[in-house]
Amino acid sequence: MAAPEHAGYASLTVASAAARDIVDGVQARYVARPGTVEALAEAMGEAASRNETVVARGGGTKLDWGAPPSRVDLVVDLSGMNKVLEHAAGDLIVRAEPGVRLSQLQALLARTGQRLALDEVVPGSTVGGLVATGLCGPLRLGYGCVRDLLIGVSVVRADGVVARSGGKVVKNVAGYDLGKLYTGSYGTLGVVAEAIFRLHPVPEAQTWVTAELSSLDEMTRCTAAVTGSQLVASALEVDCPAVGAPIALGVLVEGITVSVERRANEVIGLIGGGTISATPPGWWAAIPGETTVKLATTASDLPRVLGAVAPIAAGTGLQPCFRASAALGLAYVGLPGESDVQAVGVFVSQIRSLCEELGGSAVVLRAPGPVKQAVDIWGSVSPIRLMRRVKDSFDPLHRLAPGRFVGGI
Amino acid sequence: MKALDELAERLRQILGDDGVVTDHEQLRTFECDGLAHFRVCPAIVVLPRSGDELKATVQACVERGVPYVARGSGTGLSGGALPSADGVLIVTTKMRTVVELDVANERAMVEPGVINLDITRAAMPFGYYYGPDPSSQLVCSIGGNVAENSGGAHCLKYGFTTHHVTGLEVVTPDGELVELGGGKVLDAPGYDLLGAFIGSEGTIGIATKVVVRLLRAPEAVETLLAGFPGIDEAAEAVSSIIAAGIVPAAVELMDALAVEAAEAAVHCNYPTGAGAVLIVEVDGPRVDVDESLRRVERHCSTHGAFEIRVAKSVAERNLFWKGRKSAFAAVGRISPDYIVQDGVIPRTMLASVLRQIADMATEAGVRVANVFHAGDGNLHPLVLFDGSVEGEYERAESLCGAILDLCVQSGGSITGEHGVGADKAQHMPRMFSDDDLDTMQLLRTAFDPTGLCNPGKIFPNPRLCGEVPVRRRGGDPAVHLGDGEIF
Repeated sequence: MAAPEHAGYASLTVASAAARDIVDGVQARYVARPGTVEALAEAMGEAASRNETVVARGGGTKLDWGAPPSRVDLVVDLSGMNKVLEHAAGDLIVRAEPGVRLSQLQALLARTGQRLALDEVVPGSTVGGLVATGLCGPLRLGYGCVRDLLIGVSVVRADGVVARSGGKVVKNVAGYDLGKLYTGSYGTLGVVAEAIFRLHPVPEAQTWVTAELSSLDEMTRCTAAVTGSQLVASALEVDCPAVGAPIALGVLVEGITVSVERRANEVIGLIGGGTISATPPGWWAAIPGETTVKLATTASDLPRVLGAVAPIAAGTGLQPCFRASAALGLAYVGLPGESDVQAVGVFVSQIRSLCEELGGSAVVLRAPGPVKQAVDIWGSVSPIRLMRRVKDSFDPLHRLAPGRFVGGI
Repeated sequence: MKALDELAERLRQILGDDGVVTDHEQLRTFECDGLAHFRVCPAIVVLPRSGDELKATVQACVERGVPYVARGSGTGLSGGALPSADGVLIVTTKMRTVVELDVANERAMVEPGVINLDITRAAMPFGYYYGPDPSSQLVCSIGGNVAENSGGAHCLKYGFTTHHVTGLEVVTPDGELVELGGGKVLDAPGYDLLGAFIGSEGTIGIATKVVVRLLRAPEAVETLLAGFPGIDEAAEAVSSIIAAGIVPAAVELMDALAVEAAEAAVHCNYPTGAGAVLIVEVDGPRVDVDESLRRVERHCSTHGAFEIRVAKSVAERNLFWKGRKSAFAAVGRISPDYIVQDGVIPRTMLASVLRQIADMATEAGVRVANVFHAGDGNLHPLVLFDGSVEGEYERAESLCGAILDLCVQSGGSITGEHGVGADKAQHMPRMFSDDDLDTMQLLRTAFDPTGLCNPGKIFPNPRLCGEVPVRRRGGDPAVHLGDGEIF
């Protein structure tokens, strides 16, 4: 290869970027496509010695989440690191490279009756992307989220050094649990080179109970009735496709066949009606809108927050919809892509004021470029001073996805 | 000492005379935690009553460059609360208020000195409980649980402290009070400092408030006890239970020597002549529990269990557990001294690793009793020795190191729940490379650039001057305190 092709990089996996190698509107200069940890570490080490910025890319499905990076010299494309390195079925763990797609992983695990208890919220997501964004869906109620299921991780640091924490056993308190720190850090502390997850058996039976709710008060009553019962729902979700439309409730019951049927019927009794299905409703697990705002509050404050969505949107002329993990106090409000940028700004700021006043948060997960330029993505973040010190410690020259994360980190 | 006298004076201004201990005899009661092998007498002990007093204490220490160590109930088994000889020990036992119980949101907010079981006691009237149940839960503090990321027998199904804490208020090593996580709310934006803090063994700050999740009490609980001819058969039964997709709440295993000790100590009436005793607990909705129990029984029978009992009452269940929970203390009756190990192996390697441990023990001429959380591969080999016999301690220590090596080589860990602390810091390189450890230090230095917060723990650093641990004979202090159940 001629020198220009490698853009001066000695690493053979690095080439000049193509026009499509864009990170949230920012054109990359080079792309590395490593197939091994060693090649990844080499490329990153070289980027370090050249003092160049690095953004990791897996499936590219959430690359435009967070704020746009201020500069992208090198995109590390992890699609070539797509091997499941180890599946110890008897130990219920799996070790995978970051480019492995969740769907591919689940298909493999299903052969032995196992699963990684995470929903495919965004189709095409990879293991690395899940860790980087910490994205999870309805199953969180029953099984926890990415940070809870990640038991070990290797990352390549900003300086190209490979470092591991955790391990291959679920029960392990040796050393700091850096997997938690990396999860949801949007690639600003290191690039995931390998992830180890705890697995669960695929339940013998799964049943969804769905019902139509007349109001948010109904949502509150049903949520409290189900979580306060001993029926152990694996998920409890609501979906509202448009202002004024009925709210759909979905409750997932899993377990031994004889029990699931009985519990599903008890759920129907508790909520006062509903239908039983072996498959999820169409809206299940997806996050709505081209602009998506994630709201976090307590379960008991959620109706108040969701109740404020329609009036705030009406005042700004927006057409919102939402989906919520009602028992967890988490909601995703979706807005159409063509929404007026200023209106979105007003909406975000007003709903955020309410959430923050109640001790929660409102984060813009994704939005068209003009919206992100006009709106504060993250809201207030605390303790930001400590977070900056962590960033300075792991990536002193701020070369990893600079500007993508909270407080300009 | 003059500087420390001045610090003591300052601390008396902050905490009052009754909040500061400098009398040598009183100080000595704090010289070790549950790991009695290591003892260091602190220069000063303080007992703050609030987060503000604790913060002011840390500030006073940092201003003077004096190291400080946090301690809850002192039941830790890795020397995580081992004091610094020239430092301050901050004891949280006066911070014992359950600040808020929010049943609607399944949360409780408590001060760090609150006893683990007291959260459950407070929540039980509403049909809720706190999940992690270390065997010391009658005495251990929630602040210590946060520091160590404590588990317990039921963490197989329900996870560890880190899965049950949604918010913390902490004093950082530069003397600031900050909140980590979102309190009762999930997913606070930014780095998950909460997740990084839990299990950091008191090295990056001290918790002053803890927000925990409460769990709905299960509809049904059933406990099964099975006697097997040997460990191999019992281990195979465990593997087949897990492979069948059953997720028990707890799976505990004891070998013949541990059973013998427990029987002698608490007359738990385990099956006579058992080479191994397995306890399996299942909980959840009634129908699931009944069916799971039937399946567990079948797996045990298939793998050679010669006697299977299902507890018919709470009293009988408690007796099943009593033998298991008193095993550590019971072993003290058949040996003057012992070292508890806490290694973890992949569950599927149980039988082969235990055989290797037995061979190694025979070769070393050291007796080993095995008590362990079989469901998650967390071994607790009790390495027996008589410290009054020259060379026995060294032989036991060297066997312990070899056992940890075996755990790591098998793909496991040097500690599943007791923590690294002062005890296993020198073993960390068995499991992690220098790069791995340096990367963990990046987190530590971000929080604590001066290195005054619980120095000498986790990382294999040279010990500080004047801080030479002394091994003493005797059992665990928790046992001396009248609580026999300490693991």
